[in-house]
Amino acid sequence: MIKEVFQQLWKDKFARISLIVLAVIYAVLFFADFIAPYTKDFSDRTMAYVPPSKIFTIDKDGKLSKPYTYNYVREFDNDNLEIKYTLDRSKKHYIKFFSQGQPYKFLGLIPMKRHLFTTDKDGRIFLLGTDINGRDVFSRLLFGGRISMTIGFLALLVLFPIGLLYGGISGYFGGKVDSIMMRFAEAIMSIPSFYLLIILASILPSGMTSTQRFLLIVIILALIGWAGFARVVRGMVLSIKNQEYVQAARSIGASRMRIITKHILPQTTSFVIVAMTLSVPSYILSESGLSFLGLGIQQPDASWGNMLKEAQEFTNILYRPWLLTPGFLIFVSVLAFNVIGDTIRDILDPQSKTR
Amino acid sequence: METIKYIFKRILQTIPLLIMVSLISFFIIRLSPVDPLAELKLNPSISPVTVEKERQRLGLDKPIIVQYGKWALSFVKGDLGVTSNGEKVSQKLKERIPNTLLLTTIVIFLTWLVGVPLGIIAAVHWKTNFDRILTVLTSIGMAIPSFFFAVLLLMFAVKTGWFPIGGLTSPNFADMSFGNKVLDIAYHLILPVFVLFTISLAGLQRQMRANMLDVLDSDYVKFARAKGLPEWMVIYKHALRNAVNPMITLLGFEFAGLLSGAALTEYVFQYPGLGRLILEAVLKSDINLVMASLMMGAIMLVLGNLIADILLIITDPRIRVKSS
Repeated sequence: MIKEVFQQLWKDKFARISLIVLAVIYAVLFFADFIAPYTKDFSDRTMAYVPPSKIFTIDKDGKLSKPYTYNYVREFDNDNLEIKYTLDRSKKHYIKFFSQGQPYKFLGLIPMKRHLFTTDKDGRIFLLGTDINGRDVFSRLLFGGRISMTIGFLALLVLFPIGLLYGGISGYFGGKVDSIMMRFAEAIMSIPSFYLLIILASILPSGMTSTQRFLLIVIILALIGWAGFARVVRGMVLSIKNQEYVQAARSIGASRMRIITKHILPQTTSFVIVAMTLSVPSYILSESGLSFLGLGIQQPDASWGNMLKEAQEFTNILYRPWLLTPGFLIFVSVLAFNVIGDTIRDILDPQSKTR
Repeated sequence: METIKYIFKRILQTIPLLIMVSLISFFIIRLSPVDPLAELKLNPSISPVTVEKERQRLGLDKPIIVQYGKWALSFVKGDLGVTSNGEKVSQKLKERIPNTLLLTTIVIFLTWLVGVPLGIIAAVHWKTNFDRILTVLTSIGMAIPSFFFAVLLLMFAVKTGWFPIGGLTSPNFADMSFGNKVLDIAYHLILPVFVLFTISLAGLQRQMRANMLDVLDSDYVKFARAKGLPEWMVIYKHALRNAVNPMITLLGFEFAGLLSGAALTEYVFQYPGLGRLILEAVLKSDINLVMASLMMGAIMLVLGNLIADILLIITDPRIRVKSS
């Protein structure tokens, strides 16, 4: 069935573009260590807020040359009292492809040194400028994307089994069990989700390793979303549980848990797929919002949300627009996920005409 | 009479719900390793007597159930304790809640005013270019992160100087005449409202369009057409009334979504609302304030749903019949 859905997705023009965009994004993120010229923690303190490097392919004499770049030098303008960066045109730094640069571990396992592109030792190439600590925004964008684009999926993997089981039990058992379980889910839904999110994030103890923090944020995101999902599953279970094949399973003595997990829940598959693709973007947005406020992924780790934190200052927005690039990436990936989700819904549920 | 009885029943149902919410929030907050009085103790301008009073009031030396009981009792009485600055929590909430309500009601009003007609038009002109363009636009509206959009608009405001940079009032607000005060607030509201409006419009327009398409497909609409009624009458008299009902249920959800979405927008625009209050409280780990604003958020949400349900009872007679 998944193959059929995919074929139909491919037929739709917008869905095809979205699939390609997402595939490119995920491929780049997968090879982030290799594509990024610098490692996540590389910082050059003398190069804070450097604008994007200019890349030249035509030299001063008007001749075509190998691509090269100039370094920026910092100057203090005494008249206007501001720091200015100007190009140091005395020394060319050629851009080298597939050559040795900063050492890293590919996917955290294989030690490697080659980068897609880099420049010589004292040259600096910052495709999208640097942040306050002189870290390369382009490189951090790739490493941050790894976190931002996977956290939603991980949260869904935690949330869906909980929601399915909760909704399944509640719907199948019915009666008092059902009403108690549903009142609890409704109570969770009655707390504005973002309020709950920031409160849960704020009670995380400080001094955790970045992996622990990442996993706990995944769990928090999952805790926010399961209730609404469980409610819908319950509704579906209510309509399925009186069908003949369920009665048949009951009459041959299948246990209740077996009936719920083996006979009823599989019937909700197409709904689950739609709900999953539709809710990935909202988790990407939640994570970035949380990190934007400083409650999610913490420095020195990067995520698209916490990179945007610097955009909270007016001077940054006005004079350093390259710091806004993570926002555009969030926008593009959320848009792509939304388009795919809408198309999948149309394919699986031809009656709904939301598109 | 039936209607009133049903509404009354529905109102009573919210009480256990709110008790459950308060239990959940209370335990989440008490899970935190933070000493609820730490900030208060550190503040030199607060006397040890006040701290002791708070300890007594919260019952911190007693088991957690007793603490909850004490908290709930004083909450019902309207005593919400003091913030870490020593201000009254209730006073703080009184300042902030109206601002958030103002923002969200304006946004809801505007989205309905624009979203519902756009949904109808899109459904009537299904699969035409107009419909397609709207779908693309709403997709874009749904994909922009609210805080990022807010940041971009702020950038616009700073560059052009056409709009105020955050806040709700100008510095010389106190000296203004009443008319100017209203204008000043409206002027400050434009950007935050625009952010929330763009983001919530998309969902509403799509829902309206989907409902309308469902209804246009139904037998009674076909019958009305077969009867030879003019098209506008089919749409506005027969289809629209049925398509709007599910939207009223959505009103409650929209309100919930707005409360959450508003928090980030308020934060970026430095708007003095409940969302920013709870955020500041969380960052300062001001337990009393967090707890009270969390409860207030939940109460507002529950009330929003309640209002939507009551509206639905009034507009949709089928529900009254079902319940009795």
